[in-house]
Amino acid sequence: MTVETPIYMDYAATCPVDERVVQAMLPYFTHKFGNAASRTHQFGWVAEEAVDTARKQVASVINASAKEITFTSGATEANNLAIKGVAEYLQGKGRHIITCVTEHKAVIDTCKYLERHGAEVTWLGVGTDGMIDLDELERSFRPDTVLVSIMTANNETGVVQKIAEIGALCRARKVLFHTDAVQAFGKIPLDVEAMNIDLMSISAHKIYGPKGVGALYVRRRRPRVRIAPQIHGGGHERGNRSGTLAVPLLVGFGAAAEIAAQDMAAETERILGLREYMRERLTSEIPEAIVNGTLAHHLPGTLNISFAYVEGESLLMGLKEIAVSSGSACTSASLEPSYVLRAMGLNDELAHSSLRMTIGRFTTRDEVDYVVDRIRENVERLRAMSPLWEMVQDGIDLESIEWTAH
Amino acid sequence: MAYSDKVIDHYENPRNVGSLDKSEDEVGTGIVGAPACGDVMKLQIRVEDDVITDAKFKTYGCGSAIASSSLVTEWVKGMKIGDAMQIKNSQIAEELSLPPVKIHCSVLAEDAIKAAIADYQKKHGASE
Repeated sequence: MTVETPIYMDYAATCPVDERVVQAMLPYFTHKFGNAASRTHQFGWVAEEAVDTARKQVASVINASAKEITFTSGATEANNLAIKGVAEYLQGKGRHIITCVTEHKAVIDTCKYLERHGAEVTWLGVGTDGMIDLDELERSFRPDTVLVSIMTANNETGVVQKIAEIGALCRARKVLFHTDAVQAFGKIPLDVEAMNIDLMSISAHKIYGPKGVGALYVRRRRPRVRIAPQIHGGGHERGNRSGTLAVPLLVGFGAAAEIAAQDMAAETERILGLREYMRERLTSEIPEAIVNGTLAHHLPGTLNISFAYVEGESLLMGLKEIAVSSGSACTSASLEPSYVLRAMGLNDELAHSSLRMTIGRFTTRDEVDYVVDRIRENVERLRAMSPLWEMVQDGIDLESIEWTAH
Repeated sequence: MAYSDKVIDHYENPRNVGSLDKSEDEVGTGIVGAPACGDVMKLQIRVEDDVITDAKFKTYGCGSAIASSSLVTEWVKGMKIGDAMQIKNSQIAEELSLPPVKIHCSVLAEDAIKAAIADYQKKHGASE
């Protein structure tokens, strides 16, 4: 078996740009360089036409209309625009927002910002499976609730929330529903009509498009959703987001979205097959390898596993030439282990011991085999030098020990 | 994060991994840290005539924690326990070129050797 290293297995972080996407983009850097807002000459018209096409390509993936797509610099901006934009526009109606503790920081920190500026936020917890409790959501609605923001799929675990059910609950109460669908867009079927989604944040670089571009879907009919712009200027994007459109990036986003939609069924089958193969090998060949998050509601390519009694960063250090990520504190500047895994009730030790592998378009079975072999070797090696593993083998209950926290 | 060559060397070729029989009279055992914090060190010494003749460690933790404990076992072998008590975390951090965010690993290694010596001294009536 020969594989080329380094091996990339971190597609939830970002993706290489698909060669077909690069080819679609290239003319728009050079001879088709016009400003899409230039109405007075052909350079502008060519650019505008390209933007219109991209808008349709992106919209059709989620059964939206082109006019409902507001292009942004990425999903962080889209999340900011959705949440701050709704909160500001509807502040006369109410100032209560419902979200979840396992959201991406772009949602959490935006909601915390609004909390500091007079909004009230209800933070829903999640179960050990990573799912929010729909009854708890239902009980959280108040007369002054203006927005519910729940992510479609979690970036760390791949757990997919019951978006259609959440959308129905919101619609019945005439509360707007925003979802951060960065990880799910182009990977699983999403339909803003069937799922009653009012706002959706998406990003190009998670679907083999370029970095630096994303979009916010903003519903135009039943109900017409209005948001207060957060970037002011020339009134681009129907006034929702001013700034000259990054035409080459939008063309790339559109091309990537079209490919993702066309290939979704076949790609899902292939990637899910590899993911399940990897999961079965890891959990059968390595004792105490625990999958985090329910697999019943899950993205095809994501796998988050805790290898008990082995610290995540030391495991990553042994996986030279392999790009995966860890929920270990030591991989973050904060020295806190993953807040997502902790919210799911994992103890700190298991959160420290987690690895996230994400399989993507260019992952091969040989790569999966190579990665599993290296993980197994390193877990065995590190457990042989782990005092915790030794204690557990000796039948000592780690919970019974009084540790000296530092 | 970029690791220093010495950290990588200790991580890939850890010195003195293993366990001594903690019930033996000549053996002192120190266990410091907590699983919740992401690092636990177990450091053991064998003492004969006031001299550390053997040292073993097991560490759950990041590469810098493994390297810090591996380095300390190397240092203390052959040392008088009085001298081993003088090992400072700053010496460990300097030797391994630990970045500021990893200084706690060297602190833990210092604590581990002190805890192992304290355990040994307790077995011997803390007379020393």
